[in-house]
Amino acid sequence: MSTLPMVNPVEPFLRTDRMPHIWCPGCGIGTTVNCFARALVESKLPLDKVALVSGIGCTGRVAGYVRLDSFHTTHGRAIPFATGLKLSNPNLNVVVYSGDGDLIAIGGNHFIHAARRNVDITVICVNNFIYGMTGGQTAPTTPIGATATTSPYGCFERPFNLPFLAESSGAVYVARWTAFHVRHIAHSMVEAIHKKGFSFIEILAPCPTLYQRRNKMGDGLETMHFYKQHSVIKNGARTREVDINLQGEIVVGKFVDIERPTLQQTMDQQLRQTLREQYAGPGGV
Amino acid sequence: MMPTLTTANSKSVLTGAHFLDGDQAACEGALAAGANFAAGYPITPSTEIVERFASRIPTVGGIFLQMEDELASSIAVVGAAWGGAKVFTVTSGPGFSLMMEHLGYAAMTETPLVLVDVQRGGPSTGLPTLPGQADMMQARWGSHGDYEVIALCPNSPQECFDLMIDAFNLAEEYRTPVLMMMDESVGHMTEKVVIPPAEEIKILPRRYTSLPPSEYLPFRPGADGIPEMVKAGDGYRIHVTGLTHDEQGYPAMNWQAQRKLVGRLVKKIRDNADRITRWEEHQVDDAEVVMVAYGITSRVAKRAIQLARAEGLRAGLLRPVVVWPFPEKRVRELAGRVHSFLVVEMNYGQMFYEVERCAGGRARTELLGHGGGMVHEPEEILQALREAAK
Repeated sequence: MSTLPMVNPVEPFLRTDRMPHIWCPGCGIGTTVNCFARALVESKLPLDKVALVSGIGCTGRVAGYVRLDSFHTTHGRAIPFATGLKLSNPNLNVVVYSGDGDLIAIGGNHFIHAARRNVDITVICVNNFIYGMTGGQTAPTTPIGATATTSPYGCFERPFNLPFLAESSGAVYVARWTAFHVRHIAHSMVEAIHKKGFSFIEILAPCPTLYQRRNKMGDGLETMHFYKQHSVIKNGARTREVDINLQGEIVVGKFVDIERPTLQQTMDQQLRQTLREQYAGPGGV
Repeated sequence: MMPTLTTANSKSVLTGAHFLDGDQAACEGALAAGANFAAGYPITPSTEIVERFASRIPTVGGIFLQMEDELASSIAVVGAAWGGAKVFTVTSGPGFSLMMEHLGYAAMTETPLVLVDVQRGGPSTGLPTLPGQADMMQARWGSHGDYEVIALCPNSPQECFDLMIDAFNLAEEYRTPVLMMMDESVGHMTEKVVIPPAEEIKILPRRYTSLPPSEYLPFRPGADGIPEMVKAGDGYRIHVTGLTHDEQGYPAMNWQAQRKLVGRLVKKIRDNADRITRWEEHQVDDAEVVMVAYGITSRVAKRAIQLARAEGLRAGLLRPVVVWPFPEKRVRELAGRVHSFLVVEMNYGQMFYEVERCAGGRARTELLGHGGGMVHEPEEILQALREAAK
C-alpha cells in the first residue's frame, strides 16, 4: 500500500483540538474554511498578523476553529469590531468571516458603512439563504418562494443582492462563488486579502439540514450538482443584474476590482493636510 | 503580576488651570490617562466629550472614529482594545441602552475600557438637554447575565478629569469595563479645572503577559483572579469569545465552566470591593440624618446641610464617589448609629434601594426623588430632612 499523507495540509491552520466542529454533514461552511486555509498559504502572509473576526451563527463559529488571533463577537457586530481592531493595529490583516443573517440583517448597517468608509478589511459572507443556528428562519437573502420556519407558506420579501449592495456602498473588490467553486474561492480570497480597502466575497453554500431539505433541493451533494449546473461565470458582470432566484441561473465571478483610497489613507491625508506639523499620526501599535 | 505604575505622556496632558465644563474635563482626563482610541455617536448631552477628543487626538497621536450608531461605537472600542489601544466611548440615555450588550461582552471577554454615560432625563428620548440620574441601576444590571461593574460618579468638572484617570486605571487593573456615570448638570457646568504636570499623573499600563505563547493561556487567572492580556498580532493566536469559555478561551457549554468563569468575573470585583469603593463624608460625625447623594445632587445636599444646621438639625452627607461597588460597609456602620438616611437622587428610587438594603431596618431610609429635568432645590431637601429627623 502506498503511503498517504497523514496530515491534512490545512491542519496547521485549524484548532484541531476543537474538532469535531459543529457543522452538519453536507454544510458548505467547512468547504469555505478549507479554501481559506489554502488562500492563507498562497497569500504568504505571516499568520501571526492575520486576525479573523466573526459574528454569531453557524458561520460565526469559524473564528473558533482557525489557529489565528480570532474573535467571536456579538451578533451583527463583527465589522465594527474589525474596524476598531484594524485601525488600532494597522499591521494586522483583518478578515471578517460570518453569515448572511449576521452581516446583512442585524449587521447590515455596519456592512454599508464599512464599505462606504473603505475600511481596509476583507469580508467573507457565507450565504446559505437561511438562519441555521436558530433552526431555519427567513433571512434577508431567502429567495422569494422558498420556505423557512418563519415563512411557512413561502418567502414573499425581495432578498438583497449582496454584490450589488456591496458595490453600491463602496466596496473596492466584490466577488461571488458557490461552495462548488473551491479553486475560485481560494483565488478570490487571496486577491481580497491583498486588496487595500473593503473587499467582499459572497459564497453560496448549502444548508442541507434546514434550507435544502425544507425546499426539497436534496442533500449537500445534490446541491453541489445544482451549483455546477446553474452557475455561470461572468467576471465583470453588472452587479445590479446578479439577483438570485430559487431555481434560476446563479451568476458568479469577480464583479468589482477597483482602486479607492482606504479610510486610513483618507484620514491620514486630511489630517496631515489640515494640521501639518501638528499632526501626530494615528498612534497604533 | 501587576505592572509598575508609569506617568502620563506629557504630550497628551494639558497641564495648567483651565475653565472647562465637565464634558471637556472628562475628555482631558481620558487624554491624560493615555486614551488613544475613541469611537462615538453624537448624543446630547455627551457629545462635547468626543468633539473635543476628535479635535485633540490627532495632535497627540491616536484615532477618533464617529461610528454609525452606539452598537458600532461600543464594539469598535472593544476591537481596538484587543488591537492594543486604550479606549473609551461616550453616550447618554438611549445610546447607553444600545451599548448594554457590549458592556456584557466587555465584561465577559475581560476587555479594559471606559464607558461614559452623561445622564439625561428618561425613559426613552426623555429630556435630552436636562439632567437625570436614572441610569444608576442600568449601570449595575443593564446587560443580561451576571457580572460586576465598576462605576464612578463625579460631581464637578475637576472630578470629571480626576475620575477619568482613575476609571482607566481601574479598567486596566481589573480588566473590566468601567463606567463614568456623569449627569447633564455636571457635564455642562463650567468651573476651574487644574490639570497637574504629566509626571504627577499615575498611569497603570495594560497587564500584558511576559509568558511565551507556548505557556500562555489567555483566560488563566493570576493569584488575584485576573488574567494577563495579549494583543492581536503578537503571535499568541488567541481566541476570544462571548460564549462561556475555559482558560484557553475555548467555548465550554456546561455548568462547571459557567460557574468557574462567571464566578471569577463576579469575584474579582467583589473580593476587591473595599479597595475599589470610595466615598466622601460631610459632617457625618454627629449627624442624626445622613443624606446619601451623588453627582450634581450631592452639591445641592451640601447647601441643605448648611440650612439644616442653622436651625439645629444635625444633617450630614455621604457621597459615593465610586457608586459600584457600593460603599455598603460604611452604610451598615452608620445604620447602627444614625436616626435615618435620606437618599436624594434624580430618579424615583435607585440607589435608595441599595441604602435601604444596607441599612437593614436599623435606620429608617427615606427617598427624595424626582424624574429629572432639574436639580433639587435646597429648600425641598431641607423640608425632607426635617421629616426624616422626626
